[in-house]
Amino acid sequence: MTSQHTGTPDQPAPGQKAAAQPATAQTTTTAPPVPAAHSPKISAERARKFGSWYYAEHALKVMNGYRWTLLAYSVGNPVMYLFAMGVGLATLVDSNSAQSAFGGVSYLAFIAPALLSSATIMAAATEFTYPVMDGFKWRRVYYGPHASPLGVHQIVNGYIIAIAIRLFLMSVIYFGIVALFGASPSAWGSLAILVAVVCGLSFGLPLMAYSASITEDKGQFALVMRFIVTPLFLFSGTFFPLETLPVFLRWIGWISPLWHGTELGRLLTYGYAEPLWLTAIHVLYLVGLALLGWVLARRVYERRLGK
Amino acid sequence: MPNQTIPNYVISADRLTKHYGNFAAVDGISFDVPAGESFGLLGPNGAGKSTTMRMIGGVSQRTSGKLTIMGLDPEQYGPEVRAHLGVVPQQDNLDEELRVRDNLLVYGRYFGLPMSYLKPKADELLEFAQLTDKAKAKVDSLSGGMKRRLTIARSLINEPKILLLDEPTTGLDPQARHILWDRLFRLKESGVTLILTTHYMDEAEQLCDRLVVVDKGQIMAEGSPASLIREHSTREVLELRFGSERNTTVAADLAGIGDRLEPLPDRVLIYTHDGESALEKVTARGLHPITSLVRRSSLEDVFLRLTGRSLVD
Repeated sequence: MTSQHTGTPDQPAPGQKAAAQPATAQTTTTAPPVPAAHSPKISAERARKFGSWYYAEHALKVMNGYRWTLLAYSVGNPVMYLFAMGVGLATLVDSNSAQSAFGGVSYLAFIAPALLSSATIMAAATEFTYPVMDGFKWRRVYYGPHASPLGVHQIVNGYIIAIAIRLFLMSVIYFGIVALFGASPSAWGSLAILVAVVCGLSFGLPLMAYSASITEDKGQFALVMRFIVTPLFLFSGTFFPLETLPVFLRWIGWISPLWHGTELGRLLTYGYAEPLWLTAIHVLYLVGLALLGWVLARRVYERRLGK
Repeated sequence: MPNQTIPNYVISADRLTKHYGNFAAVDGISFDVPAGESFGLLGPNGAGKSTTMRMIGGVSQRTSGKLTIMGLDPEQYGPEVRAHLGVVPQQDNLDEELRVRDNLLVYGRYFGLPMSYLKPKADELLEFAQLTDKAKAKVDSLSGGMKRRLTIARSLINEPKILLLDEPTTGLDPQARHILWDRLFRLKESGVTLILTTHYMDEAEQLCDRLVVVDKGQIMAEGSPASLIREHSTREVLELRFGSERNTTVAADLAGIGDRLEPLPDRVLIYTHDGESALEKVTARGLHPITSLVRRSSLEDVFLRLTGRSLVD
């Protein structure tokens, strides 16, 4: 098109024309030589094999856009809580309670694993609600990858992988700060990081399935925050041993992933003593809940995207 | 294609049906699309066009019938079928949290394409979509037409031989539509098979080699735009407006003029081979429309004839 224009017999200023001609010629010849894409067969093979990772890559790239916010949150949140609860409140608690009240450890050491697990639950409560709604309804970001060779289950898996990575990094930072505060005396302490990640997923994945089933936002997520996350945070043996609660309230702890995660964390960070069967129950409960949520989420996603 | 002995269809649908509960969104439609053709599904909203597209795109399961894309059943070979396609959905679903160029890169990764291919390809596609200077912009800062072009660029990242376009220009201003048509026309020239749905007759006339008129999940007619007009309409149309009160009542007085009369609430259409002489006859009868217009028949008239309704309501 451009060459037709410049090739018209009109006589422009000679210098102008001489300058214009080679310039256009050059832009057409130096167009970057793009290699051909591999065949659809290879695309499909790769998608079948690595599709979940491809979606995780996408989700992490989006998250990378918020890296400073996430980092500030991951550092600021534990520092704030540990100072307020573990230093401020702890001074009062430690000087007014018997040595045995918190299993023989400082109040800071007692609540640190609870704060670690509740942080992942809080993060999961955000990541598995609004972004899911966004994927289906608001900005419909799931429908792009859905039209690609990826399978629905890979979208689900990929997102879970990305969030698990986020929870992991966040917990590493959190644990590092806890350790700096001297609140993880045991050598096994760092394993509490993994417990916290699993704990976040055991709460987050059933929530993901629920979020995916919502077609109209009527403030359900705010209700989840107020009537599920907050009570769990308060009544899961977080700030005081569950046994100090009256029996009729203890069930909140028993069904709460946070309680199971916290107790496991305590076992690892300061060697909290509990019967082995109870430890097994904690692990089974957390893993079971996460698996259940995962299966349900895949089912709901399949149904909704495949309509 | 009379002299083609071995049919080389890239898409083949046979009595394709999709039910939602008792409602048949797609009700037994059959068509074959040879490689390189521009094939359109023309019909009003709710005709079943998008549902058909979603089945072809391998993202929606059919209730019954047969469907193959490149000889593959999308329900059995979902990833393989989708790897062949480029898809431009009706509603843009770009990732607005990513930048323009990143949208292309991320999408290319879904096909397992390496970055060494994707980076130059993304630049080439941005050039094609006239978005080079927006490469680093956030998607939500783009205009509707730009987003649409980015969606088309995204659909081309895997160099598909088949492009599915679901109402590619709905909601765009005329200038943006013309830019898009130009881009699509270039793709067509490069041999890409285009499958598009539209409820714009001008779009269908511009882009489609062949189309099916779809209404209520069924195919009403099939052919090239010109042959459909020839078969189902007259050469010219005389449009008369007598004012909203009189359009239907005056129809009786117009009887006998032209081949066929179509009284609509806002105007009366007279189908005839010669619009000017029909207008002379109208005035000879002492009828004086507020406005009159002689035009060529369009696909809109074909649709009106076949279904008794207009395309855009």
